[in-house]
Amino acid sequence: MWKIFWRRFRRNKLALFGALIILSLTVVAAIAPVIAPFNPNEQDILHRLEPPSGKHLLGTDDLGRDLLSRIIYGTRVSLLVGFVAVGIAIIIGTVLGLLSGYFGGGLDSLIMRFVDITLCFPTFFLILMVIAFLEPNIWNVMVVIGLTGWPGLTRLVRGECLSVREREFVQAAKALGLSNRRVMFIHILPNVMAPILVAATLGIGGAILTESALSFLGLGVQPPTPSWGNILTAGKDYITVAWWLSLYPGLAILVTVLAYNLLGEGLRDVLDPRMMAE
Amino acid sequence: MERILEVRNLSVEFYKGGKIVPALRNVSITLNENEVLGIVGESGCGKSTLALSILKLISEREGKVVSGEVLFKGEELLSLSKEKLLQVRGGRISIIFQDPFTSLNPVFRVGTQIAESLSLHRKENLPAQQLEKEIIELLQLVKMPKPKDTMLSYPHQLSGGMQQRVMIAIALSPNPEILIADEPTTALDVTIQKEILGLLTELQKKLGLSVVLITHDFGIVAETCQRISVMYAGNIVEEASTSEVFHNPLHPYTRGLLESLPSREESPDFSQGEKRRLKAISGQVPDPSNLPSGCKFHPRCPIVIEQCKPEEPRLREVIRNHWARCIRAG
Repeated sequence: MWKIFWRRFRRNKLALFGALIILSLTVVAAIAPVIAPFNPNEQDILHRLEPPSGKHLLGTDDLGRDLLSRIIYGTRVSLLVGFVAVGIAIIIGTVLGLLSGYFGGGLDSLIMRFVDITLCFPTFFLILMVIAFLEPNIWNVMVVIGLTGWPGLTRLVRGECLSVREREFVQAAKALGLSNRRVMFIHILPNVMAPILVAATLGIGGAILTESALSFLGLGVQPPTPSWGNILTAGKDYITVAWWLSLYPGLAILVTVLAYNLLGEGLRDVLDPRMMAE
Repeated sequence: MERILEVRNLSVEFYKGGKIVPALRNVSITLNENEVLGIVGESGCGKSTLALSILKLISEREGKVVSGEVLFKGEELLSLSKEKLLQVRGGRISIIFQDPFTSLNPVFRVGTQIAESLSLHRKENLPAQQLEKEIIELLQLVKMPKPKDTMLSYPHQLSGGMQQRVMIAIALSPNPEILIADEPTTALDVTIQKEILGLLTELQKKLGLSVVLITHDFGIVAETCQRISVMYAGNIVEEASTSEVFHNPLHPYTRGLLESLPSREESPDFSQGEKRRLKAISGQVPDPSNLPSGCKFHPRCPIVIEQCKPEEPRLREVIRNHWARCIRAG
């Protein structure tokens, strides 16, 4: 089964490209201390706002810190936020979606109303409010992004569950005496995985963007910890004299989110129910 | 012979598009130990509903059991607690469905699915090697050509006949006492049909199973069943031993069904320039939400009389052990 996916995946150039980039980024994040030329927090006021040179490949920021190193360490933040936030959203969304789709009736109505209510809030402002209320740090950011992301997934999972539930093998599983819990999580869940994976991958891109925006506004990761977003905060103040401070972190965000989008789109093709035909 | 399964006056209703539709109306069947009972009827007569209702598999959303009871060796099934019901399902009464392909989970290997059934109904946790051995034994029991290879295959990699064998293996793995087979061969081609039916018959004798075989094909029941119940529009219209049903059908519907079977002696012999039309029962199966008054078959019946219209006839024992729901039978 997975062999079929793998074969198809290899043929999809865009997905491969996306995956490759993400893989590289993950490696970079993992070995950041090894490949970063400088300590990202090491200040060198004498050499502040220097353009890209042989010594500082991407230049320095307003406190003389090496931009390349800061961007490399920033990768850690972005990837971590992406995974954790989406992870939270997936867990909540999948469980609620399965419960809703499987049992229907009152429980379904209740969960769906909850989803509707949450979706009414403009997500970003909701996040802003919550963070402003709590303390801005990376953990709060991750949790809040996750908590605003689950409703979309719930709807998705519920829809898939509704259609899978009617398939005969679910009835056969019940006829065998399997408990509802087993039927839902062991039999139905693998069959609704495909859209979840796609939504999750695309969601990571979104989460990274949100975190960057929050950090940019000062409500996310706090300096001195580097995040692509908070580098841009300084970048905007010095944009006329130090373009590199805005360009490079911006590019990093662009490339990363693009990679996740490509991978997500690619997965969508690969995991298409066409799998039956092969 | 002991009665191992008794359905008494079972009535089931479905909710369809806001309306209440009676799917089963006062249905009673009896399955004796070690016997194969055939339930025959056209599509829509309620035979599959009957099968599902026995194991209380009609979901609350779709419909409900209005009245009646299902007795398994004297124990009433419909009022069992959820826990006990889950033990009965599969463990003591198993059911196999019409399309084996859709009855298997497409994302798991066949061996895994058999293993699940095996582990579920055993009290102890079986070690992997033991499990594998039993799976292969089961596959050999259902005459699967290459058990080891099949075990590792996914459902879509197997042919229809093999998939149905897997279904049978899964159904028999917990050693049930009753097997309900809902149109087990309808989705298969004729040569495979014969093999699967032969397998079912052999297994029935070997394992001492009691089987309820549901089908619309008279040819199948003739070969495999000892008793037959004929269903029409949600209830039983005739019940007798197989030979009685074939040699002396008492209900006009049964007679109509038997007469509409193409027979070899009467098949058109073109070399002699003779052609014969197939006999069919006139009219159509009634819409369950709009059943006719009185005897449900009367609008299509060749021997209908006035008394058929007001009141629905009871199922009466016209000859010994031969029941028919017709006032003109006998």
